[in-house]
Amino acid sequence: MRKFLIRRFLAGILSVLAATAIVFGLSRAAGDPLLLYAKPGGYGVTPEQEQALKEKLRLDRPLVIQYLLWVTDLLQGDFGRTLLAEQLVTKVVGEKMGATVQLAVAAWVLATIMGVPLGVLSAVLRGSIWDYMGRAYALVGQSLPTFWLGLMLILIFNKRLDWLPFGTRGTAEAFFFSWENLRYFVMPSFAIAWGAAAVYLRLTRSAMLEVLDSEFVKLARSKGVGQNKIIWKHAFRNALIPPLTVSSLMMAGLITGSVVIEAVFSWPGLGRLAIQAVQDNDFPILTATVLFFATVFVTVNFVTDVLYAVIDPRIRY
Amino acid sequence: MATDTKAQDSGAVQSAASPDAGSMRFSPAYAWYIIRRWPLIPGIIMVMLVVAGVFADQLAPYDEIEQDIRFRNAPPRIFGSNPEYWSTQDYSQAMFRAPGSEGKDPGNRFLLGGDHVGRDVLSRVIHGARISLVVTSVALFSGLILGVTIGVVSGYYGGIVDEFLMRMVDVWYAVPFLLLAMVAVIIFEASLNLIIFLLILLAWSGYVRNLRGEVLSLKQREFVAAARVAGASTFRIIFRHLLPGLVNTIFVIASLRVGQLILAEASLSFIGAGIPAPTPAWGVLIAEGREYVEQAWWQTVFPGTAIFLVVLAFNFLGDWVRDRLDPRLRQLD
Repeated sequence: MRKFLIRRFLAGILSVLAATAIVFGLSRAAGDPLLLYAKPGGYGVTPEQEQALKEKLRLDRPLVIQYLLWVTDLLQGDFGRTLLAEQLVTKVVGEKMGATVQLAVAAWVLATIMGVPLGVLSAVLRGSIWDYMGRAYALVGQSLPTFWLGLMLILIFNKRLDWLPFGTRGTAEAFFFSWENLRYFVMPSFAIAWGAAAVYLRLTRSAMLEVLDSEFVKLARSKGVGQNKIIWKHAFRNALIPPLTVSSLMMAGLITGSVVIEAVFSWPGLGRLAIQAVQDNDFPILTATVLFFATVFVTVNFVTDVLYAVIDPRIRY
Repeated sequence: MATDTKAQDSGAVQSAASPDAGSMRFSPAYAWYIIRRWPLIPGIIMVMLVVAGVFADQLAPYDEIEQDIRFRNAPPRIFGSNPEYWSTQDYSQAMFRAPGSEGKDPGNRFLLGGDHVGRDVLSRVIHGARISLVVTSVALFSGLILGVTIGVVSGYYGGIVDEFLMRMVDVWYAVPFLLLAMVAVIIFEASLNLIIFLLILLAWSGYVRNLRGEVLSLKQREFVAAARVAGASTFRIIFRHLLPGLVNTIFVIASLRVGQLILAEASLSFIGAGIPAPTPAWGVLIAEGREYVEQAWWQTVFPGTAIFLVVLAFNFLGDWVRDRLDPRLRQLD
């Protein structure tokens, strides 16, 4: 077990490094980042100034050295400065990170509330109209394009009915959990949760069906245990393992998958920052966001493995 | 006791839903049974997609690129000709009138309305089917070949090869795909070939782990050892003895993958990292109609519905194929 975890940990670090290296390399191939400031030989730019800029941004060194220097700085806690605004990358990314994580958490809570009870209902009342509706939702949920769902929500609830606002994250002055603030979360988090809830529903349903068919549930039934107690105490607790382990992966997916939905709702988060950084070729921001996304993904994977072994003692690596 | 009756109930429902074919041939119950048992409706949607894709030029009522400013944001004709629309849109009456058409009401030419530069939404959706069809099928099959090869090689050879390939898969999972795609688009310029390439990158990884696992267990079996004793080459063992046992898994994974690929293509096109603009990919249509969603909802609703129906059909078929071929793969997503 310990050996396995150490191996996974090292592999995770390797993954993060490789992921950032790929994007780092690609972003340098995307044209000269100096173009952000001035065209070479353009008005008011002397060759000396250009050379000085290049040296400052280390663009005069080979790519591998640039990357290694970036990693060394990183290990010392120095993420560098953004090209355009010359702000600290940690500050810019940190500001946006909060918005993305908040949205992902809201979506995650919503998806769990929607998906898990529906999955239980669907499994317990197997073959009933509820089951059909649950299964239909599981299919529809995974088939709707998230960005289109978001757009339709905007059309109906903002443009036509004028119930919900969008475009920012809410006002900073208002209390965080006030409606003033939370109403900005409703549409984007629902758009993201829609698909995730369908995944939960599927998982909960199949796990629940399997457990309800197991020997110990049959034993409980033959002992005369009540239906409610069987469902919630005997079956549900055991059926929770697959959705629980997947839920951490889901969280990572919600964070990294925020790019598209943030574009739809003009959500001031990491996804929008990354899109902007790609368009500006602002590589310090870009590599930092990729680093963040990759780290979230790898960490969550690692935690899932541990969680799995903790929850289900039968699993041994 | 309550549970027992419930179990009987559901059993009764199931047996009622599968009547013997002879006695109930044309009854509604039999029709319902067929619909439940065979994926008829998804099949129809798929046939429509293929027909629309192949015969797009013949089916589309208007050119999908040509603009006609008179029909800028024209509402769909399926809701009537709506004369008030033309009186509220002054510019369409006066400024942009085609020469010689003064005083004539152009009417609503387009069945599903016009977009923001006066192109027919229906024609663009039909042509979008072709793009989806080409992009997804090429990406699906190339990704399949790549993923199956890596999975089989990894499982069959094991050791350092296996370790290297599996770490590659791990790394690949950690890369945020959308960001990578966006950077790639900036470097190489958006084109059909690039998006196909990107989708291949997305498609291959799903096969590797499952197939590796299957090969690991299959190669321990006696028939493989027997083949080896009989002098079969590695190539022959893989193609004649291992692959036939993997076909079901491959088919199931592929059929569950199609919907995801279509969605990915649409998302990429939507954020501007996919098919370049004048080409009517469904994601592009939605991205273009986004700013006009209030005045002209038909620009986004119809292409979105097309994506939804097609992905739904493929997901349904994927589930059906999985249940048919291999119920063990239920956990696959």
